[in-house]
Amino acid sequence: MLSAIRYIYALRPVWAVLLALLIGSGLIMLAGVSPFAAYYELFKGAYFDYWGLAGTLVKTSPILLAGLAVILPLRAGLLNIGVEGQIYMGGLFSAMAALLLPEMPAWIHVPICMVAGALGGGFWGLIPGYLKAYHGMNEVILTILLNFIAINIVSYVAGGPMMQEGAPYPYSEEIRQELWLPWIMPATDAHAGVVFALGFALIMFILLRYSTAGFALEMIGKNAAAARYAGVPVKPYIVGVMFAAGAIGGLAGTFEVLGLKYRLFHNFSPGYGFDGIVVAFLAMVNPLVAPVAAFFLAGLKSGALVMQRAVGLESTVIEAIQGLVIIFVAASLGLKYDAQRWAARLMRRRRRLDAEVGDTFDGIRNGDGT
Amino acid sequence: MSVAALSLRGISKLFGGFRALDQVDMRIERGTVHAVLGENGAGKTTLMNILFGLYQPEEGQICLNDEPAIITSPKKAMKMGIGMIHQHFMLVDSLTVAENVALGLPDQGWTLKLERIEHRLSELSAQYRFDIDPHQEVWKLPIGMRQRVEILKVLFRDADIIILDEPTSVLAPNEISSFLDGLQRLRAAGKTMIFITHKLDEVEAVADTVTIMQHGRVSAEVRVADSSAKEMARLMVGREVVHDKMDRGDAKPGEVIFRAEGLRARDSRGIEALKGVSLDIRAGEVLGVAGVDGNGQAELANVVAGLHVPEAGTVTIDGVDVTKSSAHARRHTHDLSYVPEDRHHIGLVLDFPVAHNAIMRDFRVPPFSSNGLLDRSHARATAQDWVDRYDVRLQSIDQKVRFLSGGNQQKLIFAREVECDPRVLVVMQPCKGLDVGAIEAVQRSVMRERAAGKAILYISTELEHIMTVADRIAVMCAGEITGTLTPDEVTDERIGALMGGLSAQVAV
Repeated sequence: MLSAIRYIYALRPVWAVLLALLIGSGLIMLAGVSPFAAYYELFKGAYFDYWGLAGTLVKTSPILLAGLAVILPLRAGLLNIGVEGQIYMGGLFSAMAALLLPEMPAWIHVPICMVAGALGGGFWGLIPGYLKAYHGMNEVILTILLNFIAINIVSYVAGGPMMQEGAPYPYSEEIRQELWLPWIMPATDAHAGVVFALGFALIMFILLRYSTAGFALEMIGKNAAAARYAGVPVKPYIVGVMFAAGAIGGLAGTFEVLGLKYRLFHNFSPGYGFDGIVVAFLAMVNPLVAPVAAFFLAGLKSGALVMQRAVGLESTVIEAIQGLVIIFVAASLGLKYDAQRWAARLMRRRRRLDAEVGDTFDGIRNGDGT
Repeated sequence: MSVAALSLRGISKLFGGFRALDQVDMRIERGTVHAVLGENGAGKTTLMNILFGLYQPEEGQICLNDEPAIITSPKKAMKMGIGMIHQHFMLVDSLTVAENVALGLPDQGWTLKLERIEHRLSELSAQYRFDIDPHQEVWKLPIGMRQRVEILKVLFRDADIIILDEPTSVLAPNEISSFLDGLQRLRAAGKTMIFITHKLDEVEAVADTVTIMQHGRVSAEVRVADSSAKEMARLMVGREVVHDKMDRGDAKPGEVIFRAEGLRARDSRGIEALKGVSLDIRAGEVLGVAGVDGNGQAELANVVAGLHVPEAGTVTIDGVDVTKSSAHARRHTHDLSYVPEDRHHIGLVLDFPVAHNAIMRDFRVPPFSSNGLLDRSHARATAQDWVDRYDVRLQSIDQKVRFLSGGNQQKLIFAREVECDPRVLVVMQPCKGLDVGAIEAVQRSVMRERAAGKAILYISTELEHIMTVADRIAVMCAGEITGTLTPDEVTDERIGALMGGLSAQVAV
């Protein structure tokens, strides 16, 4: 019984999502549409349609990487709100590597672009990491502010030094086709970024579970003073983990540029960095669950367009439902499984049942006596 | 007989089954400085918390100006004219002096009348020659001045009785004398002061009467003029100091393994906590460090373990200077182990399972890991082995350490810190909060390591425990070692004097 309750608790984000969808169906009804039809179109459009699925996978790639960029530092107790900025810096650096470096064979140029993107994002994570570790500043505020700086740097570069001549709005020259990421579904936009992202999720899971660095990170997250006592160099670890997270965020931006946009656009990320935070919590900070969470969130986003077209529902409704999902998941994570309380509760219930059953036995015995 | 500002009759306070205060009687005359002297755990702080309304006594009566009084809350206490200066200041650093005073001031109405407060503070400050500018922000003030702000805060609230909890422990030596002068000016103005301390010279310098407490009881109440520091020291420790040595065989100390020279360090508040501490420990020797809590012992342990950077001085292990080495290097290159005082926040990760806590010290070196990858099965096997051999009672090694009892947590820490075969073992307050059985288990571990030729630094505030295990006893007071004794030389008078900060010449 207790273990069943434990599983119910372990799956609490799932219940939260279902509850959010249920309340969302109320919103859909208010808009005068049948919730069944709406959800049917939503999920069919997101997952059970060739083009729809491709669209979902295109969104899964940056959302999953952003989720991983939040999960990694969160294990060490750091909240990285700056993935959005790291995505932009990654996009900027990889676009510069692709467009400004002299022409060379693709098999060497593509990795260089990826490394450049990772370094760009990593650098953007390194700044708050260093300030947090060595000067005690709040990483949440720093990363939020660095987002604005990164977004505006990209707007400046895409609209100034690197802007294509005669472009109607800020974007760069097109990157030559040899550097584009391969597609994984023919005739769609679905590129290999999602495969890389899955690989990173797996690697991160293994490192966190089996490496000494993962153990040290976990210890820092749970009790930094104890980690220091155990001889872990806490400050370098904080800097390192923020750099690594930034690099993953940077790769999300790199894959957007090399896999989908082929140019550096201004405002090229519609807030994927913030979706990463939702993914991290939906996945309960587990990199192995993150792909599922990212796939779900990406599906909501790409299915929303289909639903809008099919049943004539405002896309604002689906945005409200996304908001509900976030709030319910966040709230559900506040409910902690308390084995002792549940044990006590079950024990009381058993006693009560025993007492009732006992009464009937007493009755029978008394009946026998008379 | 003059009026008693405050008198206590038969006050008792229980925490669970533990009698923190047992039938305490005390009479504090108006316009005097009344010191309360005692070791750790004597019940001083509990008593003051009762006077300030933070605790309710189970038995007994408090009389204020010969009228029975029930003090239900700090607010009520302040209304009755009782003010308390806590050891750690309750000030908001970013606010000015006047704003700090205004915080929580009753009957202010809806508007802040800061000018009136500032004006009255200036008057009070001038009256007692405190030299405080009400417009100054608190963070700009030195520690001694902040303490004056705390005193002004209670004076502003018209306190007649001021309780000071270990007020000099945070002060620099030059600040102490001006603080004591301040006390005398307050007394001259007719205020009554209750002064909690363990420092004998301060009692001699400023107090009129002293109540000496021991294990929750009043052991003596004497007029300072009629007594001497020596007598007070004896009364404070006040027991036949027991030579209840464990059966430990002959001491056969080897060469010096550990040496600390001229260590100076500041604590987290920037106050000088170590003022030139030198120690050496031989192989197979236990050096006990005794003293009242908060006299630099924590900083000493952390400096030795490499967790706190000293301002001056050196630490050497086997002749190698490790002062600049990291905690990690000290542990793995120089074989130092450390059992910290705070099990919950430093020594263990409470939300980690037992097996993870077992490998916390050595997870980055073989055999627990190789090439950066953990060997989980080896870790589990080792943890299980330690749990069995050290008799750690638990359900499973996958259980979170949080759910183990204090004694079992400490056994696990000892297993971890001792099984790695250290050269130097630093142990800080290892028996805090443990029951008798667990204490004995801990002490046996220490004795085993001594027999194995380790150099052991055993820091504790509990004299009996030190007497049981130590070969030599260094006594710390106010960041200095006031004297080193062998257990045979220990008398309650001597050790009490050293703990109270009197030098060895006075003590012997």
